[in-house]
Amino acid sequence: MIEHSEPHIVPKKTYYIVFATLMILLFVTVAMAFVPLGPFNIYVAMAIAITKAVLVVLYFMHVRYSNRLIWVAAGAGFVWLVILLAFTLADYSSRGWIKVPGK
Amino acid sequence: MEMDRTVVAEERPTIIDTVTGAIRENYLNANYGLKSWFLTVDHKRIAILYLISITLFFFLGGSFAVMIRLELITPQGDLVQAETYNKLFTMHGIVMVFFFLIPSIPAVLGNFLVPIMIGARDMAFPRLNLASWYIYVVGGLFTLGAMIAGGIDTGWTFYTPYSTSFSNTYVIATGLGIFVVGFSSILTGLNFIVTIHKMRAPGLTWFRLPLFIWSNYATSIIMVLGTPVIAVTILLVALERGLHIGIFDPALGGDPILFQHLFWFYSHPAVYIMILPAMGVISELVACFSRRRVFGYKFVAFASLGIAVIGFLVWGHHMFVSGQSSYAGMIFSFLSFIVAIPSAIKVFNWTATMYKGSISYDTPMLYVMGFIGLFTIGGLTGLFLACLGVDIHVHDTYFIVAHFHYIMVGGTIMAYLGGIHFWWPKITGRMYPEGWGKFSALLIFVGFNLTFFPQFLLGYLGMPRRYYAYPQEFQVLNVMSSAGASVLGVGYLLPLVYFLWSLRYGRIAGSNPWKATGLEWQTSSPPPTENFLATPVVTEEPYQYSPEETEAEYAMTKKENVNV
Repeated sequence: MIEHSEPHIVPKKTYYIVFATLMILLFVTVAMAFVPLGPFNIYVAMAIAITKAVLVVLYFMHVRYSNRLIWVAAGAGFVWLVILLAFTLADYSSRGWIKVPGK
Repeated sequence: MEMDRTVVAEERPTIIDTVTGAIRENYLNANYGLKSWFLTVDHKRIAILYLISITLFFFLGGSFAVMIRLELITPQGDLVQAETYNKLFTMHGIVMVFFFLIPSIPAVLGNFLVPIMIGARDMAFPRLNLASWYIYVVGGLFTLGAMIAGGIDTGWTFYTPYSTSFSNTYVIATGLGIFVVGFSSILTGLNFIVTIHKMRAPGLTWFRLPLFIWSNYATSIIMVLGTPVIAVTILLVALERGLHIGIFDPALGGDPILFQHLFWFYSHPAVYIMILPAMGVISELVACFSRRRVFGYKFVAFASLGIAVIGFLVWGHHMFVSGQSSYAGMIFSFLSFIVAIPSAIKVFNWTATMYKGSISYDTPMLYVMGFIGLFTIGGLTGLFLACLGVDIHVHDTYFIVAHFHYIMVGGTIMAYLGGIHFWWPKITGRMYPEGWGKFSALLIFVGFNLTFFPQFLLGYLGMPRRYYAYPQEFQVLNVMSSAGASVLGVGYLLPLVYFLWSLRYGRIAGSNPWKATGLEWQTSSPPPTENFLATPVVTEEPYQYSPEETEAEYAMTKKENVNV
C-alpha cells in the first residue's frame, strides 16, 4: 500500500567529504570572528551557518535523495522558520520608526 | 506490523454471533488485564488512556481555580499568601493549557475517531501513538513532581526575567515537563497527518471527509510546526537559568522581548490547537442535530486551514505594550483582525446549517449552541484586544482573562463535552442519562457566564489580572464570579458522575443512536478492535441528512402516539 522508493545507497566517501566540509566551515566561522569586518561579520557568519545547515539537511538527513513530498515537508519547516525570524527581526529593526509621544 | 495484526485476527474465534448475527466482541472485551491496556496499540484504547489522564489533570487544574476564586471573594489577601497565590494561578494555567486543553479533543476524540471516520483499522503508527501517551504521562509526572516539591510562580507564560533572574521556584523542572509533553503532541500530530493522507477508505476523497478530520488535520500541522519552537524556548530559559548564557537577560547581552516572540510563536497557535478540533466537533454535531448538510462544506474545511496558517502570523498581539516596535504592533494588529474572517465563516455557516433544519435539543446540541454563542463573544472581544488603542487600556486586566476563558472554556470545553456526550454511546456502547445531561449542560452554560462575564466588567474597570488583593469597589463583581465558579464546578462534576454510572446502568445504545451519517456510526458500538469487519467503501458526500424526512418521521410517530 505504501510505496517505498528504492533506498538510495550513499557511498561512505560522500559522508566523509560532507563531514570534512562541515569541520572546515566551523574553523572558517571561528577564524572570521577575529577578522574585523564591522557589520559584515554577522552576514558572513550567517552565510556559513546556512551553508552548513543545507549540507546537513541534504546529505545527512537524506533529503537530496528523497521524493518530492519530503521536499515539501522539509521546505514547509524552513518557510515557518523564516516566518519566525522575519517577524521577530521586523520588530527589532523597526523600533523607533514611529515616534510615540511620551515614549 | 501489518502481518502481526492479520495473524491475530485469524487466530480469534469468530467474532460474530452465529445465532443473532450480532458482534460479540469489541475493543473493550477483546482482552483483559493491565497489560492489555498499558501495552495496547489500539487507537481506541489509547484514547481511553488519554481520557482518564486528562480528566485527572482537568480536576487538578480545577482545584487550583477553586482556591483562586475562594481567595478573590474578599478584597484583602487573606486565604493564602501572595506567593502561594502566584503559584496557584501559574499551576492552574500550566495544567489546564498543557495537560488538558491541548491534548483534550485531539488525543481523546481524535485518537478514537480519526481512524474510524476514515474507515481505517488503526493509526498509521500505532506504536508511536502509544509512545505519545507514555511521553504525556512522563511529562505530566515531572510537572506534578515539581508542583509537589514546591510549585512554580512565574505565570504559565514563563516570561523572562521572572522565570530567569527573579524566581527561586521549580522553573527548570516544570519547564522540562512541558518540554517532554510537547513531544507527545508532535507525535499525535504526525500520526494524524500520515493517517489522513495514507489510510482513507476507498472512495473517501478529501472533500468527502468529515469536517472533524479537516480540523484535526489543520491542528496537526500546527502541532508539528509550532511545538518544536516552545521546546527550544524552554531549553533556552534553562540554559540562561542554569549556565547564565545571555539570551534573554540584557545584563548578559540578551533581550527579554525575544522570549516573548519565541514563546508566543508557539503559544498563540496553541490556542488554535485548542479551538480548531472543537470547531470540528461542532460541525459534526450541528449537522446531525439539525438534520442538514453543513452549509458551505468547502468553506468550513478551508477555513480550518486558513486559521492554522494565519494563526502563525499574529503572535505579536500579545506584545503591544511590552516593548515591541509600534510598527510591528500595527502589522500584528492588522493580521489579528484577518484571522476573524475564517472564524466568522465557520460561525455563520453553522448558523446557516441550522436554518430550516429539523433541530432537536439533545444534550450535545445544547453544548453546540452554548459553543456558538460563547465562542462568538470570545472571538469578538478578541477583536477589541487586537485593536492597539483598546489593548493599551485593557492589557493585563481581567478583560483578557475573561476573553481567553470564553474561547478556551466556553469554546473548547463546551465542544469537548458536547463531543464526549455525542460519541459516548460509540465509545462505551451505552447511553448517558439524557435528563441529567441537559441539566448539567444548562448548569455549565449559566455557571460559565456568571463566572466570566463579570470579569469583562472588572477588566474594563481596571482590575489587573494576577493580583490576590483588590480595591473594595470590585468586590461585588468578584463575588458574582466566585459564585458562578461554584455553579460551574457542580456542572463539571455531574457528567463525571453520570458517565461513570452509565458504564454499568446506561441503556444499551446500539450502533447509531443519533441516526447520524459518518463511518463511525456504521460499525457496532463499541466497535470491534479492527473497527470494521470489512473495509468500508465510500460512495457519497458527508452529512447526507434530510430535514424533511426527519420531520415526516416525527409527524408519523406523533400520530401513532395519538392513536395509541
